Amino acid sequence: MAARRVNQTLIYLVLIIASILYLLPVYVVLVTSLKSNAAVSLAHMWNLPAHPGLSSIRAAWAQLSQNFGNSFYLAIPATLLSSALGAINGYALSKWRFRGANALFFVILMGLFIPYQSVLIPLLRVMDTIGLYNSIPGLIIVHTVYGIPITTLIFRNFYANIPDDVLEAAKIDGTGYWGIFRYVILPLSVSGFVVSAIWQFTQIWNNFLFAVSLTNPPNQPVTVALVNIAGSQTIQWNVQMASALLVSIPTLVVYIVLGKYFVRGLLAGAVKG
Amino acid sequence: MANPVTPAKATRQTTVRKPARRIRGWDNRMAFFTLIPSLILLGVFVYGFIAWSGYVSLTNWNSLIPTLTWAGLRNYATIFSSFRFQSDLRNLVVFTVLFIAGDLVIGMILALLVDQKIRAEGLFRSIFIYPMAISMVVTGVIWSWILNPTTGINLFFHALGFTHVPEWFLSSRFAPSVHLGQIDIGIPVGLLAVVIAAVWQMSGFAMAVYLGGLRSVPEELKEAARIDGAGPWRTFWSVILPQLKGTTATIVVIQAAASLKVFGLIYAMTGSGQDFSTDMPNLNMFQTTFQGDAFAQGAAIAIVLLLLMAAFTVPYVLSMLRGER
Amino acid sequence: MTIRKRAAVALTSVLALGTLAACGSTSTPTQSSSSPTSSNTQLQIFSWWTGVASSKALKSLIGVFNQQYPHVKVVNEAVAGGAGSNAKAVLASRMEANNPPGTFQVHAGRGTLLSWIAAGDMAPLNSLYQKEGWYQDFPQSLLNMLKVNGKIYAVPVDMQRDNVLWYNPSIFKKYNLTPPTTFSQFFADASVLKAHGITPLALANHGNWETTLLYSDVLLGTVGPTQYDKILTGKASWNSAGVTKATQTFLKMMQYTNSDAGALHWQQADQLVAQGQAAMNVQGDWAQGYFTTDLHLTPGTGFGWAPTPGTKGTFAMVSDVFGLPSKLKNQTATLNFLKVLGSEKGQDTFNPLKGTFSPRLDANKSLYDAYSQSAMASFKKDTLVLTIGQGGANPGFTQAFENAMVTLISSKNVPSFISAVQSAAQANPLSK
Repeated sequence: MAARRVNQTLIYLVLIIASILYLLPVYVVLVTSLKSNAAVSLAHMWNLPAHPGLSSIRAAWAQLSQNFGNSFYLAIPATLLSSALGAINGYALSKWRFRGANALFFVILMGLFIPYQSVLIPLLRVMDTIGLYNSIPGLIIVHTVYGIPITTLIFRNFYANIPDDVLEAAKIDGTGYWGIFRYVILPLSVSGFVVSAIWQFTQIWNNFLFAVSLTNPPNQPVTVALVNIAGSQTIQWNVQMASALLVSIPTLVVYIVLGKYFVRGLLAGAVKG
Repeated sequence: MANPVTPAKATRQTTVRKPARRIRGWDNRMAFFTLIPSLILLGVFVYGFIAWSGYVSLTNWNSLIPTLTWAGLRNYATIFSSFRFQSDLRNLVVFTVLFIAGDLVIGMILALLVDQKIRAEGLFRSIFIYPMAISMVVTGVIWSWILNPTTGINLFFHALGFTHVPEWFLSSRFAPSVHLGQIDIGIPVGLLAVVIAAVWQMSGFAMAVYLGGLRSVPEELKEAARIDGAGPWRTFWSVILPQLKGTTATIVVIQAAASLKVFGLIYAMTGSGQDFSTDMPNLNMFQTTFQGDAFAQGAAIAIVLLLLMAAFTVPYVLSMLRGER
Repeated sequence: MTIRKRAAVALTSVLALGTLAACGSTSTPTQSSSSPTSSNTQLQIFSWWTGVASSKALKSLIGVFNQQYPHVKVVNEAVAGGAGSNAKAVLASRMEANNPPGTFQVHAGRGTLLSWIAAGDMAPLNSLYQKEGWYQDFPQSLLNMLKVNGKIYAVPVDMQRDNVLWYNPSIFKKYNLTPPTTFSQFFADASVLKAHGITPLALANHGNWETTLLYSDVLLGTVGPTQYDKILTGKASWNSAGVTKATQTFLKMMQYTNSDAGALHWQQADQLVAQGQAAMNVQGDWAQGYFTTDLHLTPGTGFGWAPTPGTKGTFAMVSDVFGLPSKLKNQTATLNFLKVLGSEKGQDTFNPLKGTFSPRLDANKSLYDAYSQSAMASFKKDTLVLTIGQGGANPGFTQAFENAMVTLISSKNVPSFISAVQSAAQANPLSK
């Protein structure tokens, strides 16, 4: 009993120290965003602001607010679509045997490594040809397509952990392809969807390159506005940090909400081995 | 009622699979058909564009005038003979290996800690994953401040009485340093600072994936190990870790792809660094293509990068697939 | 059981939402994806002006334009990123896809502007210049930097100077020093300052362009404007005593800089000067806006300026210019915008807000502060030259030069630097 308590204390201690280390950079972001631009300097980066103010947050909001809507309109459908496609592909690749399944998995997986900067020119041409240049739906398609390799990987490897026995009974019962997916696989996929959605939402929400290359104002997602604040010739560090905090809030909410679905024991009773 | 199936041990054998394949031929074909939409999309957006890049890399298009005359492998010869690209290849290997290793180890430790039925689990989980939400441009700036040798974290080391403080990303040392042609082979010390920042940013995702994996490990397996008298470490090494093979593979492949994309972080944090010690092929490609207007050379870098990542991933995924059999 | 049920419900609704979103996304694009060039009344202005001062200046210029042409809808397409590297990527991709913006920002000179002209992507503006009388309104030496074979391809909107030595006046007063006009004076001052624990020369080199700028100024100060121009236009060799001497001087200056230069952005170097940790900094005159607007310093007392050593009488210029893309379908709106951009009213509205000055000969001096007035005076009488990285040489050479610079700073190997630059000049010929 005493050993358990010592263990527990040790776990909390390690967790708290790790938390401090993880929050240290966030602390710098926060205090910098509360300072005035003249008060920001390397020499005083650790200091609390002498005259904390919300002016930089207000300035950041003024520049970002118009683009937030576009980002939601982009990130939510693109996350859901790419996760759904990933689940369908992962199911097909892990639970069914057909010739060349592994080869096709490779074919899909290689899409992960395409350096996006190198394909901007043909990408722009294709989007222009299909009439989706400068539109959020166009961006949704691009992010969905480039999300397929990762979501397929996530779901394929996730489903590989589900023992085949779980399916066999359903197969014997005569349940069809989609019936098994709907009634057996999907209910077991929560963690897979959480992981896939966390990754995809973060990537899509924070993507700058496609956003800036494929859309013009007023259709641009919030990252373009964010990088425009961050990357201009004369940088206002305080506004830059404040805008980074603002832009990160929706993603943080996604983490908190989805984190709840990291539930234990979905597979309880599925195997007795 | 709670179980859709009640498999006996015997069903694990391959007895069912073979006949099932014949009976369910239609469903197996269905599996293939469901992949077709994805394959068409990737055919255009990935393979079509790669083919385009491959073609451009064999031409003379090295100015804003699209000169599509045949150049053979000249662009490849140019990039491979440059000091910068050679340094990039070394940096990419060093960075990818250290970044993935750091991610796996720290992500696993965090996941195990969070999984200990602790209080405020959601809070800790959110703290560790939050860095991923912050724009890479800003994390790059922040880490360049924190690891600035004269003003950053070194102030704490000075306060603690250390006299020899690290130079972080401004270091131009190599450990070890072996001359090979133009470049030094070894771990560029300056690159370690970038690894720290990248692990800070991405390890939360590894934690999340491992957490999902840990919670998919059937309780029965752990219980069986406990009944067999295995301690927590034994249980972890011989029961839980093997179950997480696929999870680890997922992280490795995703983070390998991510290591190509952290160039946003590096660009904001150190740029090319001292003597290209923190430069990356992606940064080189971007500048070669869009600042130097050398489109064909940039495309050549892209193709080499793609082949490298494939070479890194293929054996890994192969062994993963083989392990499942 | 309950968890499983809930999860199933959640996931089916997720999938349903996904399909809904997919349907929604295919039905809406009609309004949002209208082709940017198809509309008669739309004008896209492409730039990298996203900073507070520059975006404000651009907005007021657009305001002047809309007063005269109220029916044109201007789309302000500003993309940030180190001297337009992101903007350049987007622009190059759009030009290749035959989808150019209405007009775009580029530096005057032999850099990207010349490349666009050579690629046939720019239309000449001679008749616009004729009609507006601009041949007389701007200095000939500036217009020459916009011309190829007698055709002129762009309109300059502002003027900035690259060869400025910024210094902290109270430090110089305290140690009885005068701002150096030659390199030997610079090193004499530097050793005094170093002895007192002050960094003589603040340096930022986060983006690699900063040391290239410093090197350009050192080369200019060493060989003089005539020879400098010959070297940059391929009429004289890089493999020469002058270049070697300049490179050695440059390396010697590096010994008097802060050790964390690689970590700093240019503003942080100027902040070191403003706070008295460093005495001098070489930077373009955009630093002036940072000193006055961000740090609230008074020109003359809070910060001082002088031409960089050896460059008195020479004005290393960088000018933002706009042109007419030849593949643009409807050119009227762009031509009307260029008319406003080059006009006295347009420039007098734009420049004071941006912290630059108008290159027009009839620009209104009273609109500017002490620094800009002195720069305007120099601009009118000095020899104009260009800087590497700011329009002085073609992009391929510039990229190779910056790479050689990175190696020079750590290896300090002058001969191998010079041979690298020489082969860069052979691979990317500097002559027009």
